[in-house]
Amino acid sequence: MMHGLPAYAMNKPARGSLLGIEHLEDKEILGLLKLARRMNPLKARPLLRNKRIVLLFYEASTRTRSSFEFAAKSLGAITTLVQSSGSSIEKGESLLDTGYTLRAVGADAIVIRHPAAGAPHLMAKHLDIPVINAGDGMHEHPSQALLDAFTILKHKKSFKGLQVAIIGDIFHSRVTRSNCHLLTRFGVKITLCGPPEFVPDVAATLAPHLRVTRHIEEALRGADVIMLLRLQKERLAGQKIRLQDYIARYQMTAARLKLARRDAIVMHPGPIIRGLELTAEVADGAQSMIIDEVHNGVPTRMAILARALGKAK
Amino acid sequence: MPSAKNQKREAASLLIKGGHVIDPAAKINAPMDVLLRDGRVAEIALPNKIRGGADEKFDARGLIVAPGFIDLHVHLREPGQSYKETISTGTAAAAAGGFTSVCTMPNTAPVVDTAEWVAWLRHPERGAVVNVFPIAAATRGSSGAALTDFAALQRAGAVAVTDDGKPILDDEIMRAALQLGAELNLPVVQHAEDTRLTEGCSMHEGPTSFRLGLRGMSASAEANIVDRDVNLAQHVRESRLHIAHLSTSEALKAVRRGKRGKARITCEVTPHHFTLLDVDVGEYDTNFKMNPPLRSAADREAILVALADGTVDAIATDHAPHATHEKQVEFERASFGVTGLETALALAITKLHREHKIPLTRIVELFTAGPARVFDLRGRGSLARGSFADVTIFDPKKRWTFEAAKSRSLSRNTPFDGWQFTGRVVATIVGGRVVHRAD
Repeated sequence: MMHGLPAYAMNKPARGSLLGIEHLEDKEILGLLKLARRMNPLKARPLLRNKRIVLLFYEASTRTRSSFEFAAKSLGAITTLVQSSGSSIEKGESLLDTGYTLRAVGADAIVIRHPAAGAPHLMAKHLDIPVINAGDGMHEHPSQALLDAFTILKHKKSFKGLQVAIIGDIFHSRVTRSNCHLLTRFGVKITLCGPPEFVPDVAATLAPHLRVTRHIEEALRGADVIMLLRLQKERLAGQKIRLQDYIARYQMTAARLKLARRDAIVMHPGPIIRGLELTAEVADGAQSMIIDEVHNGVPTRMAILARALGKAK
Repeated sequence: MPSAKNQKREAASLLIKGGHVIDPAAKINAPMDVLLRDGRVAEIALPNKIRGGADEKFDARGLIVAPGFIDLHVHLREPGQSYKETISTGTAAAAAGGFTSVCTMPNTAPVVDTAEWVAWLRHPERGAVVNVFPIAAATRGSSGAALTDFAALQRAGAVAVTDDGKPILDDEIMRAALQLGAELNLPVVQHAEDTRLTEGCSMHEGPTSFRLGLRGMSASAEANIVDRDVNLAQHVRESRLHIAHLSTSEALKAVRRGKRGKARITCEVTPHHFTLLDVDVGEYDTNFKMNPPLRSAADREAILVALADGTVDAIATDHAPHATHEKQVEFERASFGVTGLETALALAITKLHREHKIPLTRIVELFTAGPARVFDLRGRGSLARGSFADVTIFDPKKRWTFEAAKSRSLSRNTPFDGWQFTGRVVATIVGGRVVHRAD
């Protein structure tokens, strides 16, 4: 028996929880993508009327937070935002106690972003309501991977045989981990590219059909999709790599983009830093889907929430 | 409570009859009877050869009778953290696990860095039901800067010094500790972790840590320190270096190198490291979080070889109890450590003996003669006549299921809850007195 836990404590995540891509079944992924295609934020049925969804954010976010909020509201749900500053979290309340409190207040689902890997899993183990991972440390960011997949399928016929290059700070990237789990399942070949500090060799063990290269040219040649990642300047501190060297070797430029297939698309989970991991020319170019990704975030998250609360038809 | 037990009338003599004695120190592996009298082994002889009566008899037919087990590495959390464990509850767990002697780590609050605290730990008021041998801090406050008064600590009863939980990183301080230890014949125990490489890390570095998005401790963070310490020990005559909870294949190489030389270098391995792997962390189960972390399959394989071939001197539990609220938190924030006293023998028999075919005699050695030698615990670790009457009696074939909820420890942070084992402690005898008997 567990100690001192409320009566509703349980060990399996509640149905509808989305903790990561890794343990989802293929058909669940395809089902979510199909559902997302049918979601229209401007003409949505109020599937989640009177449902209370808590957006529990322990970390800064623009896109994920606002799109989960719009998604929930388009479906008729009531949302409340709880952030670490200005709440009891600041006073030292534990993650589980915050979860129990929100449950008691009447939350029907919790969307959580947290700097610690596995935080949503801990919460899901002890609550009987769906928990949705909106990014946990360096682990996973499943809603981003789903919206990326949604975006890719808007521009490419199918996943099969696609070549994807992911360039940048893979080690710290939860988006990359989720994307690798999702895309490789459906026959996508992924090349991870960056210096060893950001792309350790062990990265190739994450999923099948992954390879690592240090040369951006090699990653780009024949690529159908190019995914860029934000370079976190603060993480360069103490690393052997210098900013100028990184830009010289790995910045996405218009010239380098020509190495990829002519119909290749450029993606980025944001926020982007122009002049660092990519040039403004690439960010604003015809092949850039960066704004489209953000746009697709809303229907994708509508699908996730509808599934979470069992209203997905 | 122990006070009640202490009041129990003590049998002046106890005859353990019909058992099979395994005593590697005395090179015995045969059916023998053992007579305990006045806290000592009075006689050990072939079956039915002991003349004269005894106040009490213990029927040990079908059981293994071994010298009392010694655990070189436990955290009993007193002084200062009695919400996790007390000396009374921790030694009750030790007795249930067959340990008659435990060596306590000094990383308490405050740190055990004075003779007064060493004496406090050994005071009868603590309610210990097995022998407690304090290991004192090697540096004041275990802050790694200035050595403690080894001589005074030793006089008060400390059997070794360490800054466990932290390494002694500074080369000069470590050299000085080995030097002073050498003068006093006092072992220096090293928690080998280059903490400059492991900041913010919560598990072993490898495919699993990458997949889970957790920062990993590299195997070399352990091996680097062991390597350095072996080099230092080889240059300090008569020094005694003991590597705590050794967990990597690389560190083992350094220990082997050291053992080939003249230096007195010993090491211990925990049951969780010879049983589990980093992948067993699963979906962030904090009962699988400890330091050193669970390692790769290759590391475990190397440890199994070293347990069998004699490189490892002792199995030690690193019993590290923590309260539920310290474990039911985000993995990266959870305290390091698992309990281990009650599952050590069962894991050794189930994993080492039955699965990996390591003979029972070697396993008993790793719990008795081996650890007794590491800290020079005279009169312990053997049933030779005149030894202390510490005896562990176990059934190597008994099948049972460990339930954390029934643990004698105050804490429940074990990765082995619900595990089915073969091999169970039947009785634990300390100083001639039965302190634990299986139901």
